[in-house]
Amino acid sequence: MYVAVKGGEAAIDNAHALLAHERRGDPSIPEITPDQIREQLALAVDRVMAEGSLHDRDIAALAIKQARGDLIEAIFLVRAFRTTLPRFGASEPLDTSAMSVRRRISATYKDLPGGQVLGPTFDYTHRLIDFTLAGGAAPPAPATATQGEAAPHVTTLLDDEGLIERNPSAAPDAPVGDLTREPLAFPASRDLRLQNLARGDEGFLLALGYSTQRGYGRTHPFVGEIRFGTVQVGFHAEDLGFCVDLGTISVTECEMVTQFKGSAEAAPHFTRGYGLVFGQSERKAMSMALIDRALRTAEFGEDVVAPAQDEEFVLSHSDNVQATGFVEHLKLPHYVDFQAELGLVRQLRSEFAARQADLDAMRKEAAE
Amino acid sequence: MNAPLTSGYNFAYLDEQTKRMIRRAILKAIAIPGYQVPFASREMPMPYGWGTGGVQVTAAVLGADDTLKVIDQGSDDTTNAVSIRKFFEKTAGVATTTVTSEATVIQTRHRIPETPLKEDQILVYQVPIPEPLRFLEPRETETRTMHALEEYGLMHVKLYEDIARHGHIATTYAYPVKVAGRYLMDPSPTPRFDNPKMHQSPALQLFGAGREKRIYAVPPYTDVVSLDFEDHPFEVNKFDKPCALCGAEGVYLDEVILDDRGGRMFVCSDTDHCETRRADGNRGEMSPDSSENRP
Repeated sequence: MYVAVKGGEAAIDNAHALLAHERRGDPSIPEITPDQIREQLALAVDRVMAEGSLHDRDIAALAIKQARGDLIEAIFLVRAFRTTLPRFGASEPLDTSAMSVRRRISATYKDLPGGQVLGPTFDYTHRLIDFTLAGGAAPPAPATATQGEAAPHVTTLLDDEGLIERNPSAAPDAPVGDLTREPLAFPASRDLRLQNLARGDEGFLLALGYSTQRGYGRTHPFVGEIRFGTVQVGFHAEDLGFCVDLGTISVTECEMVTQFKGSAEAAPHFTRGYGLVFGQSERKAMSMALIDRALRTAEFGEDVVAPAQDEEFVLSHSDNVQATGFVEHLKLPHYVDFQAELGLVRQLRSEFAARQADLDAMRKEAAE
Repeated sequence: MNAPLTSGYNFAYLDEQTKRMIRRAILKAIAIPGYQVPFASREMPMPYGWGTGGVQVTAAVLGADDTLKVIDQGSDDTTNAVSIRKFFEKTAGVATTTVTSEATVIQTRHRIPETPLKEDQILVYQVPIPEPLRFLEPRETETRTMHALEEYGLMHVKLYEDIARHGHIATTYAYPVKVAGRYLMDPSPTPRFDNPKMHQSPALQLFGAGREKRIYAVPPYTDVVSLDFEDHPFEVNKFDKPCALCGAEGVYLDEVILDDRGGRMFVCSDTDHCETRRADGNRGEMSPDSSENRP
């Protein structure tokens, strides 16, 4: 018998060609375009932008097409593209209170300045399969309204009474942490934790946020506010000496208001958890806000007891590109390591058998 | 990896600024043998866990005159080795080889070539978990402190417990080593068979862990000692038979299942070593008769 130890290269090329063929699907069905994905699978595009950490709807849509709809694969494609892009610097902080709001709701106040704006949402829909969508009929025109009064953040209303912790004051000259340029070290500062969570896997964050609600690091959260819309991005150009507008991006922001019983030093007050993600993803922004608060446990002198409160655990496992890479690397050959283990198990088994034989012999002798 | 990647990318994919950052980490790693240097690992166009650390280190040290060899499990022809070799052919246009002695840079996963390395060679290891203490202590904050204090008792206790339970140390790969008498180091998941090759090697050995964002190094001619006890000295994996194709002894072998009736053969894990030996006329008990049949 002859054993093939070579022959991988042609097989790999063929596998890639087959993938391209499968991606296209049945050629009698029209090919999907990135434009269609961008417009009609907008929430998938939003997720890929958010976790791909790159605000570019066209790149995200193309990545979804290339990945055959596998969103983590699409996120991976976007990340690998993003990493090659030049950096000009950090933008000015976003002013989300000046957001052009498409949706803005508060669960803590029935009505508030700026009002409750429901916007495009699945909330309150009945989750019944809509068979008319299969036919592709045009939807009725939506109701429209002009942008109403300014919508200040709910937490600033609480701030006036001193009921909620103050946000640290802005430090415009402080360096902006970036875990894609400096390796994450522990303990991590809050800006890096938030960056990690903003890029983190939606499902992982959802499960961890959920766990805090079920008693694993409970924070008694309220949705102070969720808002989704577009905000201006400003950039301070050193050459010009003033701030220029780069354009607008769409973001979802969530501010959780959570309880704090107070301590010997601090009176009881509310605390904050913060979430901000690209595009529209309230699930992700809310989960992020829950975990942000949970990760501040030690800051409030509370005991770290639950997974969601454990910075190393959360931040080291939130990135789905890292996670999927390492889990799936188990598909790579491991035969030299397995060979080493095979040798060990065989040796242990033969030693075990020898011991059993000795024991049997001793028992036999004892019986005689 | 179908689409051409070359246009619009720098030599060896990474931009020069990133390469400088990686080189600084490598220099620090060489200066403190065995110490894990954090570095700002980039997202690469291959998945984490598939060699992104090794690829970044290789990209940072590769020059236009280099000849690159890439192996995975000792073989030049496994899927990932092919993929990484093609990546550098495409993005750096460097010469590649499968012959160990012709390579100036060798990127490897899980093996050290059987052919002894030389002074002008760099061996780049792909590392999944750089922290040798990780499976004893999951927290990075703890393990960094343990390294700082040279507090490695936990690992000795683990090895001792192996002996107490099994009669010998039951770690067959990623067997911990002490480098230059100071840092405990994970040799990456190479079988412990390869550990002695690291000791006083004339070649520079660089280790890249992309997902974990760590680089470490063993400079040429550095002591690399596998942990053991006086009454239980370190031993390498042993094989009962020589390679069935080239007859080599004292090399690491892969077990190949021949049929469903327990038939198996053992062949060199290092394919280049095996092919070179066969080209030189060496034969094992199951080698095909004529050398024309060699793959």
